[in-house]
Amino acid sequence: MEHITTPKVEQVKLLDRYTSKKPAVGTLYLTATHLIYVETTSNVRKETWILHHHIATVEKLPLTTAGCPLLIHCKNFRVAHFVLPRERDCQDVSQSLLRLSQPAKEEELYAFLYNPKQNETDRKVGWGTVDLKMEFKRMGLSNDFWEVTDLNKNYGICSTYPSELAVPKAAGKPTIMGSSKFRSRGRFPVLSYFHKETNAAICRCSQPLSGFSARCVEDEQMLQAISKANPKSSFMYVVDTRPKLNAMANRAAGKGYENEDHYANIRFQFVGIENIHVMRNSLQKLMEVCTMKSPTMSDYLTGLENSGWLRHIKAVMDAGVVLAKAVTEERASVLVHCSDGWDRTAQVCSLASILLDPYYRTIRGLMVLIEKEWISMGHKFTQRCGHLEGDPKEVSPVFTQFIECLWHLMEQYPCAFEFNERYLIEIHDHVYSCQFGNFIGNCQKERVELKLEERTYSVWPFLLEKREQFINPLYKGASRFGVLRPNTLPFNFKFWCAMYNRFDKGMHPKQSILDHLLTLSCQKAKEEEKVKELQKKLAAIDGVLPNQVHPCPDNVSAGQSTVVPPAPCGSSVHEVECTTQLTNGTSEETDSSMGSDSRKEQVEWSGPESNLTITNGKTIVMEIPETNQKAEVEFPRKSTTAVEE
Amino acid sequence: MALCKRQNSAKQTEDIRPPKPLFRMEFAELIKTPRVDGVVLHRPFMPTVEGTLCLTGHHLILSSRQDNTEELWLLHSNIDSIEKRFVGSLGTIIVKCKDLRIIQLDIPGMEECLNIASSIEALSTLDSVSLMYPFFYRPMFEVIEDGWNLFLPEQAFKHIEAVTDEWRLSSVNKDFAVCPTYPQLVIVPKDIDDDTLRKVATFRHGGRFPVLSYYHKKNGMVMMRAGQPLTGTNGRRCKEDEKLINATLRAGKRGYIIDTRTINVAQQAKARAGGFEQEANYPQWRRIHKAIERSNILQESLIKLVEACNDQSHSMDRWLSKLEASNWQTHVKEILTTACLAAQCIDREGASVLVHGTEGTDSTLQVTSLAQIILDPGCRTIRGFQALVEREWLQAGHPFQQRCAQSAYSMGKPRWEAPIFLLFLDCVWQILRQFPCSFQFNEHFLVLLFEHAYASQFGTFMGNNAAERLKLKLSQKTVSLWSWVNRPQEMERFLNPLYEPNSLVIWPSVAPQSLQLWEGVFLRWNRSSKCLEEAYEEMLHIIEYNKELQNKVNALRKQVAQLETEDSLLDTP
Repeated sequence: MEHITTPKVEQVKLLDRYTSKKPAVGTLYLTATHLIYVETTSNVRKETWILHHHIATVEKLPLTTAGCPLLIHCKNFRVAHFVLPRERDCQDVSQSLLRLSQPAKEEELYAFLYNPKQNETDRKVGWGTVDLKMEFKRMGLSNDFWEVTDLNKNYGICSTYPSELAVPKAAGKPTIMGSSKFRSRGRFPVLSYFHKETNAAICRCSQPLSGFSARCVEDEQMLQAISKANPKSSFMYVVDTRPKLNAMANRAAGKGYENEDHYANIRFQFVGIENIHVMRNSLQKLMEVCTMKSPTMSDYLTGLENSGWLRHIKAVMDAGVVLAKAVTEERASVLVHCSDGWDRTAQVCSLASILLDPYYRTIRGLMVLIEKEWISMGHKFTQRCGHLEGDPKEVSPVFTQFIECLWHLMEQYPCAFEFNERYLIEIHDHVYSCQFGNFIGNCQKERVELKLEERTYSVWPFLLEKREQFINPLYKGASRFGVLRPNTLPFNFKFWCAMYNRFDKGMHPKQSILDHLLTLSCQKAKEEEKVKELQKKLAAIDGVLPNQVHPCPDNVSAGQSTVVPPAPCGSSVHEVECTTQLTNGTSEETDSSMGSDSRKEQVEWSGPESNLTITNGKTIVMEIPETNQKAEVEFPRKSTTAVEE
Repeated sequence: MALCKRQNSAKQTEDIRPPKPLFRMEFAELIKTPRVDGVVLHRPFMPTVEGTLCLTGHHLILSSRQDNTEELWLLHSNIDSIEKRFVGSLGTIIVKCKDLRIIQLDIPGMEECLNIASSIEALSTLDSVSLMYPFFYRPMFEVIEDGWNLFLPEQAFKHIEAVTDEWRLSSVNKDFAVCPTYPQLVIVPKDIDDDTLRKVATFRHGGRFPVLSYYHKKNGMVMMRAGQPLTGTNGRRCKEDEKLINATLRAGKRGYIIDTRTINVAQQAKARAGGFEQEANYPQWRRIHKAIERSNILQESLIKLVEACNDQSHSMDRWLSKLEASNWQTHVKEILTTACLAAQCIDREGASVLVHGTEGTDSTLQVTSLAQIILDPGCRTIRGFQALVEREWLQAGHPFQQRCAQSAYSMGKPRWEAPIFLLFLDCVWQILRQFPCSFQFNEHFLVLLFEHAYASQFGTFMGNNAAERLKLKLSQKTVSLWSWVNRPQEMERFLNPLYEPNSLVIWPSVAPQSLQLWEGVFLRWNRSSKCLEEAYEEMLHIIEYNKELQNKVNALRKQVAQLETEDSLLDTP
């Protein structure tokens, strides 16, 4: 709290950027973690909470007659334009925010304060949500060609790599050590993704220290070992994700790229993704476009073009597609690097994994992928996100670009992802929020030293708890889509309004199809519950069950063969419900007597309530093959009841 | 989540297929080679088909005579332009359609290819209206509800009459003498007699005197439309005109005149005897100028946009700069903005509005019809939308025949061609995208209207105005598009599963970020839509399933209730 001199300012205006509406008036509060603005003008209490860590820039604009304007740009793309009545307060608030948004030490980050009132066991279990050992197993490791090694257990060979890595079995310790010495920051080639179906692998590393002519036998052996781990292929790709010019410039600094003549059977390729500085500037320009005051269509499209943002997104996507194609169509392994192998390499490898493996398109799978390719492999979250006071040149939206690529994939394949857009935005929020420990630190070594697992919580269980919100109702299950082959022609890339103009609600569709479908999913569960309940009730009512009211009108049963109940969205609860319905009261014989393709659905519908009748404790199973006949059968039954009485 | 689905073209060909190919002498002369074997057809995102190419008077047909491959039935009138190429004796004809599709036919034999090409050219540019396909088309369905009688001005007036007595139905134009582009019946202020209307007509472009376009039940405000006033350079005035529009104002209230042109364009119009309402003569009206472009500029914009969409180069910068340079999205934004303004004046300001541009047959109609979509929930139903198209476009005299004679691939200099109606549909799509649950119809319906406006087996979009349609006897000799669309089995495909009637005014966002390229039309043939179609189907399933579940619960409830009452009756004899 020592950084807060003015914890409360009254009569603060919040300007609306897009409408000429009268600005809101309210009170501004500064807490240890948040800036809170409470509107006092409206009848409904409206609060705006801005996490200090989400603040990217604080700008004090020149004094106006209305007061002293304070413009806040956030990392989650919120822009708040306050006007404070007194310059003194404005000065204090802006000073505090600058300090609070970028603390000097990790220990001051929100995660170290955040206490969700969980016990120690829950915290531990939470950190175990994503287990990379299991992920290696899931990929089919270790196998004849690949093994998981703890050679780097004390971060001795490479300080920015995790302790456990997968490497070719054929590469011994000397090879690895030698190769590591020949690679920038010791980031030697390791496995990123193993594609079981083709036996091809995606590997990643940093640039070789080749300069103009240097070579390294161990590094050559290392690549050879990777190539040999995929015996059916006679060659492997080496993909340098940088533009060729950048890579060549690096040679002067004793770095560079692989010389095809020195490595046996490699095919070398550049894919031309720009560096972090270009990306940072590009996003800066994009934000200028997003925050223009009533731009014309032409201003907007020209601005979008000049920002280069979509060009960069397309470059990342194209690179991902190159990798996925090599692995599936040419069955060749690929080694990917950029300069240090923690930015572009992370983007491209993780994107290729998503294209190749449906698992990563699930809610849990994406967590695993992010842990594996980003957190564990040393993407420098603290620096790239600017969590701490530091070099602003290290900040870059590399992870944001990856998330956006996923969004473009989801737009092209609306049924292929278990999660929806909100999941992406939520993850993006938490990468910057520092509320959880996952995205703090630049590599595993730092995280261990910070004792994050003991002192902070993991974000994944928190997201899993809110799972319902993140479900894509149109998801058709992991088996429906194999490898994704997105179209990367320019017109497939659109501006992501829900992300970059996220807080300008007026720009978004006023009705959301997603919300509508999510409500339906929710209703569905309830209605299915009700059906069961009513069926039970019916069965319990004494006397013969007069099936007078047909449970499904004729037109419904007629259309049934085409109406497949929607995929249960991976929710096991729903699946269980379906099966209980199926088995409840319907015997195998009834099943076969229907003899049509649609019988499964038919049974689901007409099974329990029409076939099982109870008369004074005795169970009579009536077999009614055709739904239409039911009515005929039922009438006499009902009159019998009357006669009996 | 952009959910759209490509129009099922198989289904459509089914319906345009005549019982048997018709042959008339006029056509026979034009068809030198009626059939060629071994023709290979390439279509976007479909397997190539080899088969026999047949030319009939109205169709280009390619059939492989195999059960499992789809035949191609293409209306000649759908062909915008063709290109031919030769490699040895193999000729290739590239057919560019008005619906923006491009197909390629590989034809063995140079002579055959040349013959086919010249026949297609001749048949797709027939001058004689009486030879158009709608006059030959015999429906293979029973017309239950004749679309020609569905939306008559009398009926529209009944709705007005029910809520106000300030308006009357005038038959001053019954022989189309007062205004050749108006229908025989128009709605005008009650206190204005036919003689006054005749005088006003001489003061308005094309005789298009102000008539009622929309009555806002909520507050009794109205929207009128007209042609520009013929003030000319010397500032001519017309007392009757002033009287007419003032008659629509409530005491002490001001109205707005929305001129869809910029002030400069309106000024220049004076030199050609046109002009705008002078403040001095219309003190109760505030005039606002907007900037909706004229026909030729819009046509050019369409050509550029489609060219950009068909560019398969991989450069993002090139795409964005071409998209920008086409200005299409700018036009969409400007039209929507103007429509919002008109709607705002009526609903928010509680003022009446008069809309006009130059002729009052293009931008004026875009604005008045879109404002109604925004204001009137009735226009967002499928039949309400048909009524809107009928009222504000067909009867209001939008010259469809001229505007839709050619589409984006036309080679020659455009004469009257302009995508005015397509822009309107695009704007509707933008609103639909922003309010996906407020429309009873879906995107397919809009795409359908686009297709049929440019080439159709139905007579609905033939002619340029009511007078021409009457002369052509369209209602006797052709089938109405609505007769077909409103059959339950067809309509089903055009219904929006998400629809929940929304009685509110819906204000779309016109920020550039909120407006998107209408992919369902402009990228339709440039990428596979399989996954998007699948998503749409999935959405349908979810909604259907939920409905059925709901029905089931209700039925079960009823059953339980019935049993319970029976039981209680039995318990107490």
